[in-house]
Amino acid sequence: MKNTINICLGLLAIGFVSCEPEFENPVNEEGFYDSGSANFSNFVAVGNSLTAGFADNALYITGQQNSYPNILAGQFEFAGGGDFTQPLMNDNLGGLLLNGTQIADNRLVLSVGADGERAPVLLEGNPTTEITNGPTGPFNNMGIPGAKSFHLVAPGYGNAGGILSGTANPYYARIATSSNATVIADAASQSPSFFALWIGNNDILSYATSGGVGVDQTGNVDPTTYGPNDITDPNVFASVYSQEVDALAAGASGGVLINIPDVTSIPYFTTVPAQAIPLDAATAGAVNTQFAQYNNQVLPTLVGAGIITQEEADARMVNFSAGQNFPILTDDDLTDVTQILIAQGLPPETAALLGQLRQANNNDLIVLTASSVLGTQADPNNPLSIIGVAVPLQDQFVLTGVEQSRVSTASAAYNATIQGIASANDLAFVDARAALRQVAQGGVAYNGGVLTSAFATGGAFSLDGVHPTPRGYAYTANVMIDAINAQYNATIPKVEIGNYATITLANN
Amino acid sequence: MKKVVLLAVFALATAVTYAGGYRVSLQGQKALAMGHTGVAVVNSAESVFFNPAGLVYLENKLSISAGVSGVFSTVAYQNEALGTYAETDNPVSTPLYFYASYQATDWLALGLGVYTPYGSTVEYEDDWAGSHLVNNIDLQAIFIQPSVSLKVNDKFSVGGGPIYVTGSVNFNRNLTRSLTDLEGNRSEVTIDASGVTNWGWTAGFMFNPTDNLRIGANYRSEIILEAEEGDADFQNVPNSPLTPFVDTQFDASLPMPAELTVGLSYEFCEKWTFAFDYNRAFWDVYESLSIDFANPQVPDSENLRNYKNSSSYRFGLQYDVTEMFTLRAGYYFDETPVRDGYFAPETPRNDSSGYTAGLTVNVGKHFQIDASFLYLHFKEVDASYDYHFDQGVRAPFSGTYKSSAFVPGLGVSYKL
Repeated sequence: MKNTINICLGLLAIGFVSCEPEFENPVNEEGFYDSGSANFSNFVAVGNSLTAGFADNALYITGQQNSYPNILAGQFEFAGGGDFTQPLMNDNLGGLLLNGTQIADNRLVLSVGADGERAPVLLEGNPTTEITNGPTGPFNNMGIPGAKSFHLVAPGYGNAGGILSGTANPYYARIATSSNATVIADAASQSPSFFALWIGNNDILSYATSGGVGVDQTGNVDPTTYGPNDITDPNVFASVYSQEVDALAAGASGGVLINIPDVTSIPYFTTVPAQAIPLDAATAGAVNTQFAQYNNQVLPTLVGAGIITQEEADARMVNFSAGQNFPILTDDDLTDVTQILIAQGLPPETAALLGQLRQANNNDLIVLTASSVLGTQADPNNPLSIIGVAVPLQDQFVLTGVEQSRVSTASAAYNATIQGIASANDLAFVDARAALRQVAQGGVAYNGGVLTSAFATGGAFSLDGVHPTPRGYAYTANVMIDAINAQYNATIPKVEIGNYATITLANN
Repeated sequence: MKKVVLLAVFALATAVTYAGGYRVSLQGQKALAMGHTGVAVVNSAESVFFNPAGLVYLENKLSISAGVSGVFSTVAYQNEALGTYAETDNPVSTPLYFYASYQATDWLALGLGVYTPYGSTVEYEDDWAGSHLVNNIDLQAIFIQPSVSLKVNDKFSVGGGPIYVTGSVNFNRNLTRSLTDLEGNRSEVTIDASGVTNWGWTAGFMFNPTDNLRIGANYRSEIILEAEEGDADFQNVPNSPLTPFVDTQFDASLPMPAELTVGLSYEFCEKWTFAFDYNRAFWDVYESLSIDFANPQVPDSENLRNYKNSSSYRFGLQYDVTEMFTLRAGYYFDETPVRDGYFAPETPRNDSSGYTAGLTVNVGKHFQIDASFLYLHFKEVDASYDYHFDQGVRAPFSGTYKSSAFVPGLGVSYKL
């Protein structure tokens, strides 16, 4: 009897004590993950669109929620990370209003046409994010879409009055503490305990995405004279970048610096093939007849007169054949012979067409936006005005080999600066360039798939072909966590990138 | 003797620990208190469930038992590499039973049972790490079983009857690991079917070689609940021909496997009874949870389960303290039917140990109050479900699970 009662009492005790299941090592208990020598209590991220969570050519709430700093902050919470605030947009449409007038497009979504054809389209709807009525910070996410390195230290970059003239940025104007504030000062005033800085992409990217219509300003150290699509002088970059790191690192336990990826890794430049023009033999022959005089008389004459080299003449030859063809294009790095041809008696229109004409080659990158132009008629009433065949593709649609080398020279200089400053300041360094190259060349395997840079289907890039998807940002965050764990001896867990979304499907 | 038996029980308890699928063994407070043994026990109308052959040996003209249990269960999940953690917030479920036995003649007893041997209520937080496998599930099945019990002689009897089952299922999961609508709400589906019915049967025998020893066997047939034209409700689905998920009907089937139980009970030292049951559940019938949507545009859902047959070993002890009190205790280990790599979070059952205790209080001559208590303990286990496919690519879901259930129960018995 006594035994039985003891057994009963014993069993009851076991039951009550261990009613809730508890792990031997619960992950949600303090101390399971370690911040190492870093302190994540106040994490501030500074940068451009990539930091803001920009995707599908817009900034919108769900994109911001999947920004790499927000993903990182979520993981930092395992080791002492605090709240992470972001200047969330008003809606998931993404467009911007300035005094009620729309000044930025809505986001892109993947739409399916009646014939089953898939294409990115603008999501319809009236955006509600008014720049002059922005939220009040401070914000842990200081990613300003469109910002270049020197913009972060430029007073007035958040002055709403300068948006239309191009001296200010609407995204910063929305949240700037004053019209004369700077992004870096607003960020540094929060005394970050840990920071991330990813800036410099736009110092080359806008040049690249615009097909090189801007100017390489290497050698010009006055950024106030730069146009929007220019390449920033590497010394300017080094100078402002170092100021920015100093400001953020002043009271921080550490931080992470991220370098600039190679533009040729992104689908904006890799989706449209250089040989984009299909022609049958008859058409190719007819077009070649049109260019026979240019190839056989104009070019040799120009060489004979010493105006162009034989090498340039060879590059300028136009020759179509049956099958896939390179389009003809205007290359502003060629000698402009328009006036010479006019003087030779050519009609001005023909002379202008031939002025900087050549056919594309395998070194050229045709940009994503060219796909809506290539093969269409420049003049709707003239079936002979096919763009790429009879009318050259404009400069803005092609990043030529020469233009690419300007971009890669400048970005190599920026990246050397970033890596040098990281190591000089004992900061974590993320080689985003290598990480993205891995996505572009063969892809990155994850639980449930492979992340590649194929446009729309690869999972890494959103519909603008430049910015990552949430899954792409999650991959980026994991790469950063690796670097942070290594630098600060921390054990921050990574995220399952297969749980993050890719492009958004929607029919208007 | 008594010490030997106790030692035997607890030595086994520490040696192996073992439960199964969505089987819920709570079919009588008296039997439950003795480790849910009963195939060779004769002491109440609970035998309608455990072995109808024993009904004819009940001493009373009329025996009625009814009761209810409160299941407080929790499942915890974590993944150390990802820092993910989830804990179920299961509502308290209350499985019921009602049994009646009527001694028609010296050799014939009639019985009726209503009980709920299958059920599963698992509720994770929406959009948790495994939400593409399950957000929540509520499975219920009520068994109604008329029975006859025939005494062949004082040593041998047979019994059995048809079983009518009516059940329902409600199941919600996200469509994929990442699909959302424009506002970021995860796309999900809820399937719901109720009033699903089918028939089965049970039969058993009891053999009493001596006054003290009983041997019993009972078989319950497999019953497959075929849900037809249930409702499938898709929510937060993007407006795109690429995601053709529209509300439709579905067919699915869920098996309640056959089980065979053999066992013995032995009375000793006048006041003690020891019982042992060996139970084999034929889970191999549960190959997959396949949901066949009526709309051909909606891709069918195939979720491999590939269960294996499993055993449970049950030990019980009863002690008649006084005329008024009877104490009981027991232990069982319940082997999981889930194979490695098929550990799906909707029935996160690994091997479990059930510790049971209880008592009966006699209130007057006709009336008894039966109380029981079960603590079901599952070992912490690292497990994965390897058969989820994300756009055709295998995407295992793995982590560490730990679950427990705390089940107090109360019943009444009436004898005339």
